Amino acid sequence: MMDFYESLPAWLVNTALIIAAVIAGIQGYVAYLILLERKVAAWVQDRIGPNRVGPFGLLQPIADGGKMFLKEEVIPAHVDKIFFLMAPIVAFSTALLAIAVVPLGQTTPPPAATATVAEFESAQAKYAASYSTVVVPGLDIGILYCFAIGSLAVYGVILAGWSSNNKFSLLGALRSSAQIISYEIPLGMSIVGVILFAGSLNLETIIDYQVNKGTWFLFTQPLAFLLFLVSVYAECNRLPFDLPEAEQELVGGYHTEYSNSMKLGLMLLAEYAHMITTSFLMSIVFLGGWSLFGLETAITSDPTGLFLVKAAILGGKMSAFVFLYLLVRWTIPRFRFDQLMALAWKVMIPLALLNLFAAMLIRQFDITPWAMTGVSAMLFLGAGLIGLKHGTPDNRARKLKVPLPRGLPAGVTYAGR
Amino acid sequence: MMKSEDVKWVEEPKLGLFGQLYLPIVMDGLKTTLTHMFQRKVTESYPEQEPTMVPNYRGVHRLNRDAEGRTKCVACYMCATACPAHCIDIVAAPAPAGWTDREKYPETFVIDELRCIYCGMCEEACPVDAIELTTLYDLTGLSREELIFDKEKLLSVFDMTTKAGTDPVRTQSGKLGPASEAPPVK
Repeated sequence: MMDFYESLPAWLVNTALIIAAVIAGIQGYVAYLILLERKVAAWVQDRIGPNRVGPFGLLQPIADGGKMFLKEEVIPAHVDKIFFLMAPIVAFSTALLAIAVVPLGQTTPPPAATATVAEFESAQAKYAASYSTVVVPGLDIGILYCFAIGSLAVYGVILAGWSSNNKFSLLGALRSSAQIISYEIPLGMSIVGVILFAGSLNLETIIDYQVNKGTWFLFTQPLAFLLFLVSVYAECNRLPFDLPEAEQELVGGYHTEYSNSMKLGLMLLAEYAHMITTSFLMSIVFLGGWSLFGLETAITSDPTGLFLVKAAILGGKMSAFVFLYLLVRWTIPRFRFDQLMALAWKVMIPLALLNLFAAMLIRQFDITPWAMTGVSAMLFLGAGLIGLKHGTPDNRARKLKVPLPRGLPAGVTYAGR
Repeated sequence: MMKSEDVKWVEEPKLGLFGQLYLPIVMDGLKTTLTHMFQRKVTESYPEQEPTMVPNYRGVHRLNRDAEGRTKCVACYMCATACPAHCIDIVAAPAPAGWTDREKYPETFVIDELRCIYCGMCEEACPVDAIELTTLYDLTGLSREELIFDKEKLLSVFDMTTKAGTDPVRTQSGKLGPASEAPPVK
């Protein structure tokens, strides 16, 4: 048996190991993320939170998981069975696929083009010998792949909503598709500015650019970061943009009919996996991945130690973003649907376009990247000033123009104004 | 007909530059949630941490004893009459010899704790402050019969709560009120 394993190529064993580690890691992280979500919710509301199962409630995720597996699988009679069963699988597998290109720790960027073939060969050999903690290292369309797969996740939601044959589920799914289509645009455009500077879609190269420059895109492109942050909240259906599952309006939204068991478990797992993926993306693209202004090499130079330190730094950044997700949930109330759409189309897309235009100019004329910081601040303030001048037009200063129709008692307003 | 000047439009407050930028307000909100995260928690971990009930909490009933340890009740039926749930059942009997301060005493005094709605009307109705509601809140049982409290059980609730100090005797014991007296002879 050992001979068989040894006969396998090293890259295959490595990749298989990383895949297993990533899947197990994500599921474990999600389990404890759900516990943390409940804990943070409790803390923010001056409560203690789940603390009955195990010390400090630490075994709660295991109890919850066991419950999910042991519950009866209910498939309502009125659903479209094939798509109903397919939806959680689609949702969860796309969520896991998106993480394939995300570097989880130490990375080596693929070599750039060289003058001679010999140089290229040696650079390639050196690259092949180095080790990257990615399931699919060196994928040149990296971030594009992430966005593509991330958008596919909406299929899970739409399939669930449509096949449930239930008006609340369908409304949730419709809201979700409208929302995700709207927010894909600022999400994509905000990151193009970053890609212009890094010169590659490859996530390892983007990290490498930030390490070489000694600064993060968070500082040179803060507006892009802000737009990206807001967009991923909408993409993940998290508050303040959780309209697809607004429980006060839509019962459970698109997963109303997934009342229990592992189908609901997979749906929730997919949502949390999305949070993790987007948090990784934010830390990599805007916070320099595993870099910490050279501090990571100052601590240790031992390769194993360095590997662990880098993984810990990236994990810490990712966890900070995840924590922000949880905290924002209890901070900002849910947007109304028209506000959600207005924010995407009237504010974020114009801002992203202007930001992209500025990035193009600065890149073209080789002005220092720090100019982008000023431009971002100016755009941000400018948007605020425009808002100050014109206010929110829809719900302010309504004047009663038409007298109320006869016969309506005082206090009853007429829908036709 | 309603006049247009009678209609008052409530307008949302106008946002300043900070409000229009939205981010400072979000930061302010995050500050609030963060400070709450580290504030003292209000949760009571119930089975481990017993709550302190307010003195006028309406829990399980008790029958008070007088200074000589006899039941104070004079079997006047005022509580049973006042009871909206009809959960009190009293059988009166002439007071034993030597009980000079009253004409009657309850031979049996039964409260169905499952029927009771814990409104406290019996307590209000009682002219001699014999029946009181205690702060005992965790009344449980394994059968319906178990929760039909007779006189001995209700007196034992008095002994228990006064001994534990959770419910001290609220009214002075001593001479009973006019309800204990024999009707005037004509």
